[in-house]
Amino acid sequence: MKSSAGLRFKTYLLILIMVIFGPVGDVLLREGMRRTGKLATWAPAGLVHFFIRVFSSATIWLGIGSLIVFFVAYMLVLSWADFSYVQPASTLSYGVVALMGYFLLGEAVSVTQWAGVGIICLGVFVVGHTHPRTTEPEVEKA
Amino acid sequence: MMLREVLFFLWIIFGGTAGELCLSRAMKTVGEVTDFRPRALVRVMLRAMQVKWMWIGLTLMTLAFFGFLGVLSLDNVSFVVPVTALSYAASALGSGIFLGERVGRQRWAGVGLVCVGVALVFIGKG
Repeated sequence: MKSSAGLRFKTYLLILIMVIFGPVGDVLLREGMRRTGKLATWAPAGLVHFFIRVFSSATIWLGIGSLIVFFVAYMLVLSWADFSYVQPASTLSYGVVALMGYFLLGEAVSVTQWAGVGIICLGVFVVGHTHPRTTEPEVEKA
Repeated sequence: MMLREVLFFLWIIFGGTAGELCLSRAMKTVGEVTDFRPRALVRVMLRAMQVKWMWIGLTLMTLAFFGFLGVLSLDNVSFVVPVTALSYAASALGSGIFLGERVGRQRWAGVGLVCVGVALVFIGKG
């Protein structure tokens, strides 16, 4: 049986990786999409053409690479922690995304939106003080 | 907000959340990861790939990702990403129903705060 402190450390470490690589990926994707231009059609041929342009962008691939790192950390942490614990805990990344959007991409973020981001972080804090696992693992020691 | 953007958000929120629920279910079947050496991690990934729920989850998440790219071409990332956090209410419900996780009062309170925050981000767009 793992100690509760060890389980928490392992969980927090992977969540930290998620909180860094997730937002960086999102920001790179937005930058790549901004350069690609707005999606203006629902027609299948238009969509195919649009996404071919999207996936020709190096920025988009850098973003996808960053999100893959996020994704692997996420899958690992989901192998022992509850989904409903991990997902809200990873919302710290929403604050980081807003900050990066504001400082790196020069996006306009209103006072109300900053308040919203702050409340999201508060929600994350509340969720973070619950135990990472409430169900018994299906695969016990062999 | 335009209908097109609302449709994108519904697509991302429901597709993405359902995908993640499938993924979580698959990883619970694989079991807790205790060995973090690269070869062991590759073995975990290969084992995960044999679980049906992993593939359903990956398909749903891929579709949601295309929707995410679409809406990112229309709006700022500091707006889009917080709005997608609306999926927390759906996911807390879903993980209680499909994964048998006990979502306690405190977690609900946290999820509720996250939702209020998301609403403000939405309203603050003007």
